[in-house]
Amino acid sequence: MLKALNISSVDELFKDIPESVIFNSDYDVPSFMSESELRNHFAELAKKNQELTLFSGLGLYDHYQPAVIDALTSRQEFMTSYTPYQPEISQGTLQYIFEYQSMIQTLTGLEVSNASMYDGTTATAEACFMACAVTRRNKVLLSSTLNPNTINVIKTYLKYKGLEWDFIEEKDGVVDIEDLKKKLDKDTAGVIVQKPNIYGLIEDYSGFSDLIKTNKSLFIMNADISTLGVLKSPKEDGADIACGECQSLGMPVAFGGPTLGYLATEKTYVRKMPGRICGYTHDLEGKRAFVLTLQAREQHIRRSKANSNICSNQSLMALFVTIYLSLMGKNGLKEVNNLSYQGAHYLYDKLIATGKFSDPFQKPFLKEFTLTTNLPKETIQTALLENGIFGGMGLDIFGEKYEGLVNFSVTEKRTKAEIDKLVSILEAIS
Amino acid sequence: MINYNKLIFELSNKDRIGYSLPKQRFTDYNINQLDQNLTRETELLLPEVSELDVLRHFTNISNKNFGVENGFYPLGSCTMKYNPKINEEMASNKAFRNLHPLQPINTVQGALEVYYNLQTYLSEISGLKEFSLNPYAGAHGELVGLMVIKAYHEDRGDFKRKKIIIPDSAHGTNPASTVVCGMEVVEIESNELGRVDLEKLKAVLDDEIAGMMLTNPNTLGIFENDICEITKLVHEAGGLMYYDGANLNALLGKVRPGDMGFDVMHINLHKTFSTPHGGGGPGSGPVGVTEELVKYLPNPRIKKIDDYYFLENSGEALGQISSYFGNYMVSLRAYTYIRTLGKENLRLVGPYATLNANYISKALKTAYDLPIKGYCMHEVVFNGLINKETDVKTLDIAKRLLDFGMHAPTIYFPLLFPQAIMIEPTETESKETIDDFINVMHKIAIEAKEEPEKLKQAPTKTPIRRTDEVFAAKMMIFSYKDYLEYIENRG
Repeated sequence: MLKALNISSVDELFKDIPESVIFNSDYDVPSFMSESELRNHFAELAKKNQELTLFSGLGLYDHYQPAVIDALTSRQEFMTSYTPYQPEISQGTLQYIFEYQSMIQTLTGLEVSNASMYDGTTATAEACFMACAVTRRNKVLLSSTLNPNTINVIKTYLKYKGLEWDFIEEKDGVVDIEDLKKKLDKDTAGVIVQKPNIYGLIEDYSGFSDLIKTNKSLFIMNADISTLGVLKSPKEDGADIACGECQSLGMPVAFGGPTLGYLATEKTYVRKMPGRICGYTHDLEGKRAFVLTLQAREQHIRRSKANSNICSNQSLMALFVTIYLSLMGKNGLKEVNNLSYQGAHYLYDKLIATGKFSDPFQKPFLKEFTLTTNLPKETIQTALLENGIFGGMGLDIFGEKYEGLVNFSVTEKRTKAEIDKLVSILEAIS
Repeated sequence: MINYNKLIFELSNKDRIGYSLPKQRFTDYNINQLDQNLTRETELLLPEVSELDVLRHFTNISNKNFGVENGFYPLGSCTMKYNPKINEEMASNKAFRNLHPLQPINTVQGALEVYYNLQTYLSEISGLKEFSLNPYAGAHGELVGLMVIKAYHEDRGDFKRKKIIIPDSAHGTNPASTVVCGMEVVEIESNELGRVDLEKLKAVLDDEIAGMMLTNPNTLGIFENDICEITKLVHEAGGLMYYDGANLNALLGKVRPGDMGFDVMHINLHKTFSTPHGGGGPGSGPVGVTEELVKYLPNPRIKKIDDYYFLENSGEALGQISSYFGNYMVSLRAYTYIRTLGKENLRLVGPYATLNANYISKALKTAYDLPIKGYCMHEVVFNGLINKETDVKTLDIAKRLLDFGMHAPTIYFPLLFPQAIMIEPTETESKETIDDFINVMHKIAIEAKEEPEKLKQAPTKTPIRRTDEVFAAKMMIFSYKDYLEYIENRG
């Protein structure tokens, strides 16, 4: 190759670069490792982690992941390909995105979704931008019962974009509709609520949509997508935009990422929607085909006039969801929710029966609930950890407001033996 | 099974199941006990299929995809290098993937050690002080980097600096990220060589400039040889320099962004550090900064005292931009890659990538229009065929390549050349593969002259032919529900 280029050393190709910036030494990083050395190295690192039985979720849940998911998502055709710019050789990706969009459509009830959001928090921040772009207003109202991670990310996004926010007060663990009435004004672009909320409670949003629509604002619902297999859909609640986290549909907790955020809305608003959208069409022989469409909204075409800077398509994670929901179907998804509901309510009753926990809210929940306790939270956590359990997470890591509250969540993976063990450990401490 | 043409919904058969769930254990409870006002009424339109149905369906549609292991993938600006299998094996380790990010710190020390060490390696490779691995993707990194710049100026009480200079050759994410960060884009025209025009740069420098975003080598694959002058000018005007790491692969082993005077940068781990692209994501976009800017990096930060790793949230930080630690499992793969190559091999990446690109440049310039003479870096941009008399366009050349079992290069970008073809071979391709590609490109150039219709019709050997994009945009069929309605209305 050097001969073909008439040069004697690769260095000659870099002659344009000023001498003063050439890096002439070795990087101060470790020497290379063979595969077997790497395996040993990771085995050592792994010893410093502790895999625990998860009884706390707060947005990321330990649901069952069918073996089929890893088998299929690791196929190089899916894993190593790029964004499907050449539809003729990307129908695999495009078709599963179409199927994913279809599944999000049926779960949320809304007409169109993308597969491009990094996670639930950033999807919610993008939903705020959308509401501001659609209404040409500059303020969003956040329910105080949103997950604090979501609140923090939204605040960062809005602050830098130069937009405003305010909180709707909570009352007895749910967002207060009276406070919403007071705070809706002509600057309100959107109102964001969460279902189930940070305490695990399933809020009743009757009346919200009418109020919000009368004010010409958009109703944004952040919902744990898995629970929409049984809970009222955002569409049925009158939401204009639905968004949130998809991790509960077949993904590991993965120390927080990668996951996938979903974002869905009605076609009326699609031109303000960020991210890639896949549409049905045909090829020149009339064969069914799928393509990325409405690209004129996106950064690579509109540059500074784009609705968002999103370039990713979180495709591989959308494939996790598509495979998961294909396997579960509507019956499986209901069953996952039912099993989680049963386990969570069994645990709830047992914990209340110990006399050491009480429920400050007394409201319906599904797989996650929040209790108060007079046991010191450090004692709870230490006792559980000694038994390989992570649970009873103190919500106060998110701030003083949550002092004294502890979280429990139960998925279909938790066995009766595990739940009974958790209860007996907590019964024994004082 | 290249003709397989079913949607998963079309395989559905009532009450067929593909899952394995435990028996009901607590029959005193049932989700039907929830108030009906809280539960859904609308029936779910989800498939009911068996496990084998699912495996065959997705295996069959995967065969209609082209991955790096199918063949040469010279997609410019995307750095489609080989994604080592050892990365995947390490990332499948349950002792990492089953960690909940809220677990007590003493139960995740191994995970934090990887995070901490990776950010240290990236700092060393970049010549910057510290990194945050929390940004989820390249564009997310850009946004976070710009937030750092904004935070820096505002912290000094300087609120008028709202403008970001961006060359017209930049990726579309640069201007888009700037606007999302609440700042204003000042676009400057490149000179005839595709580089930053120093006079035009000087003309826009004033006390409203917050900084400049630059990709180096730029999107034409050309090194900005005035880089020291550029960073000096922007710094003197009070601005900060942002390095878009999209093309960092070219510089590995040769130049460090920090040494060129950049203050903030992001790295695309899915490009330079070999993590798979996943059909568009998940990626990862760590952000690095100079010492002065470290305090603005997003929360949480991972710190170390002796051999103990812990989290820190600071009030000075720009805030939180992700749920937890970014796309951690992507970081784990990049860490594996760096440990696999080590100091001995990392430094060869940029030179080999650059050698491959120049070899292609030289071999193709007899048939393809090379608008910028001289050596390129890791990628080369042509402006269509030299022979402008044929009706054959860049699109036709790209489509014809698919028939030869190769992925097309990036086309119609950068926007500076109307028939742009951007070729990035990366360092992981052999001379034989590259020679095959060169031969095919020459063959296509001859076809363009002798059988142009063949190119206009291409591709013909792919699972589908060219698609009707106007139909897709007009009909807006985005879901199976839409599709069923469309079929019904069509009759």
